[in-house]
Amino acid sequence: MQFRTRAIHVGQEADPSNGAVVPPIHLASTFVLPAANGNAQYDYARTGSPTRHAFEAVMASLDGGARGLAFASGMAATHCVTMLLKPGDHLVTGTDIYGGSWRLFNNVLAERGISITAVDTTDLAAVEDAMCAETRMLWIEPTGNPLLSVTDVAGCAALAQKAGALLVADNTLATPVLCRPLEMGADIVMHSATKYIGGHSDLLGGLLVARAPEVGEQLHWMQNATGAVMGPLESFLCCRGVKTLELRVHAQSATAFRLASWLYQQPLVKQVHYPGLETDPGHTVAANQYHGGFGAMVSFEIDSDVQGAQRFVESTRLFQLAVSLGAVESLIEVPAVMSHGAYAPEARRAVGITDGLIRLSVGLEEAGDLENDLAQAMNTVSSL
Amino acid sequence: MVEPIQTMPDPSTKKVPASGPSTLSVHAGEARVKPGFSITDPIFASSTYTFPDTQAIVDFLEQGQSREEYGRYGNPGERVVEDKLAALDAGEASVLFSSGMAAFVGLLMAHVDAGDDIVFFDECYHRSREFCRRHLTRFGVGFREVRTCDYDAMEAAITPRTKFLISESPTNPQLSVVDIERFAEIGRRNGVLTLIDATLSTPYNVKPLEAGVDFVLHSATKYLGGHNDLLAGAVTGSAELLEPVRNLRGIMGGVNAPHNAYLLERGLKTLALRMERHNANGQAVAEFLAGHPRVQRVLYPGLPDHPFHAIAKQTMRGYGGLVTFFLRDADWRQTAAVIDAVKIPRIGPSLGGVESLIEQPMVMSYWNYSPEERAGFRIPDNMVRMACGIEDAEDLIADLAAALDVAE
Repeated sequence: MQFRTRAIHVGQEADPSNGAVVPPIHLASTFVLPAANGNAQYDYARTGSPTRHAFEAVMASLDGGARGLAFASGMAATHCVTMLLKPGDHLVTGTDIYGGSWRLFNNVLAERGISITAVDTTDLAAVEDAMCAETRMLWIEPTGNPLLSVTDVAGCAALAQKAGALLVADNTLATPVLCRPLEMGADIVMHSATKYIGGHSDLLGGLLVARAPEVGEQLHWMQNATGAVMGPLESFLCCRGVKTLELRVHAQSATAFRLASWLYQQPLVKQVHYPGLETDPGHTVAANQYHGGFGAMVSFEIDSDVQGAQRFVESTRLFQLAVSLGAVESLIEVPAVMSHGAYAPEARRAVGITDGLIRLSVGLEEAGDLENDLAQAMNTVSSL
Repeated sequence: MVEPIQTMPDPSTKKVPASGPSTLSVHAGEARVKPGFSITDPIFASSTYTFPDTQAIVDFLEQGQSREEYGRYGNPGERVVEDKLAALDAGEASVLFSSGMAAFVGLLMAHVDAGDDIVFFDECYHRSREFCRRHLTRFGVGFREVRTCDYDAMEAAITPRTKFLISESPTNPQLSVVDIERFAEIGRRNGVLTLIDATLSTPYNVKPLEAGVDFVLHSATKYLGGHNDLLAGAVTGSAELLEPVRNLRGIMGGVNAPHNAYLLERGLKTLALRMERHNANGQAVAEFLAGHPRVQRVLYPGLPDHPFHAIAKQTMRGYGGLVTFFLRDADWRQTAAVIDAVKIPRIGPSLGGVESLIEQPMVMSYWNYSPEERAGFRIPDNMVRMACGIEDAEDLIADLAAALDVAE
């Protein structure tokens, strides 16, 4: 079955008790055991429950892995992966990554005996240099956040394999529609399901998919031991969201491409970060590893100070000023003070997040309407 | 791929070997072994249900099998609530609707024909009466009303055309309590169907079907849901008389949605527990108000001076959370000042949730009527309706005491 057919049907078999075309939401915390012999598909909902299992099954299929595991948030999923590390282990991470992951690595793991090296993962030689005998994990975002840098997943997979480290790809921005890191050799893919997978700004969720069954088993053991599982209502909404995932991501990516091209021509815009533009440094790798689009995030810098950037994001009428991304509604924000405020100021500047950077999460609205909205915001800032 | 769950709920396990109200609240209507061995009923959000093959559809149609087909004809969660309510009401069957009014309209549309007429006690919910007076009359159905609890007037109003006698018990906000056996007996003797809207009493406090009426109606939005977070209505009675109601609901479409039905099922589990507390709070607040110098009069069936206290005491387990009172020598603004001074109850319509609510009926429900019309409805300007929630009675009383002082 093709991707979209699987998105609609895997884990969604008609209920055997009454033929319901949409499987029910099992809210139960505990399950009645058919017999006292330890043989039951489900016993307690932290270990597994039917509705969460349905979502995990469809995501394992879409990402091409052996096992999916759903969590209460993206950070809960990220944290579970890092629990595979032990004191003395070394983690190599990209620099253009989500601010919350950055905080977990540098402010939580680093204080618990795990050494961290941050490196520009778009430079494979630099990644190789950063790895050492203790390196057990390489953490990348195929499409970075907020600068939308593009990391070569297959290249990183080869380096990780050579070093005996797990390659984990946070694929939140690219989604399995555009990019499937497990097929390129990554060991684990992580998603904030809050974003494109849910797609409607109405849930929090995280997801891990492991390529190998034994890694999946290890992660499930850790998930069950630590307990940050996704609830049934969120699992149901995620299954619902996944059914339109491909349509949404393709449409939103097409609109983002158009807006990035338009922004590129605006005199007030100093730089546009979008891997779909041929001028973008990540374009060649992106054209090779993404299929069907380059994603629906665009970031850009305007020829103005931070006040100008703030005025810009406060002037849009369709784009709403908010962190998060990936939903049907378009959002706009200033990473330096919002999504990436968890970075220390020096670290933030060092990785290239300038004060005047503006990040767009392009939604499902008509491209022309969004373009007009950006144009009027541009005029507002220019006329000041 | 997910292993399909092979458990089929067994309807024969729905009978609960007990009759206590709390046991029935928790267990009645639910299969002992549920889909997927879940301890709670799952929410079937599906709008449609599939058949394994064509023969299964033919069997379904020809043998009248009981199974799901399409969401407008019902859903599994709704059926659980219907069975639970039927058990609580001591009826054979129940039909759930999207609101109390949808249940009321659905019942009448299924049983009333052009040329019939309907007799009401006049304290029934004004929207129920409005539907009959302004809309059913357009289809040739007559409408009459007689003074509440005037049984002779009701019997005198019955003609050969009369199809339904309708009352609430207790009524709202006057809290008149109907002698349901007498009401049912008048209907039976005259060959007229009887309906009691028991929204304010709930099956915990009264069981009108056991007293002989044909139908009980509930706005399940109130005590049955109990958390001010859903709309629902239900009619309970005999399976035979409810079959046309269920069939018409499938055409009119006012079913209760699966998510909503689940919240109702969940709310019903604490019905007995909540009603005990609503009853206790209503009684305590009513007694406090009755002794307060600024209160001219309290209407609460649990007070000995209530005009229907004797019948209430004889027929009801408790008297509910609704307390109506009148401020002494207060115009509508002075009355409103007391309502605005309370800190625990929220100001708003509806009742029956865990949170206390307070309102001035003249403002909330009758603002657009003339003073003469309000007098006809027996809604004076100084009337306050308090719907006691399940907070601690001491807190509610202290709050009311402070509000009565502040607003003086």
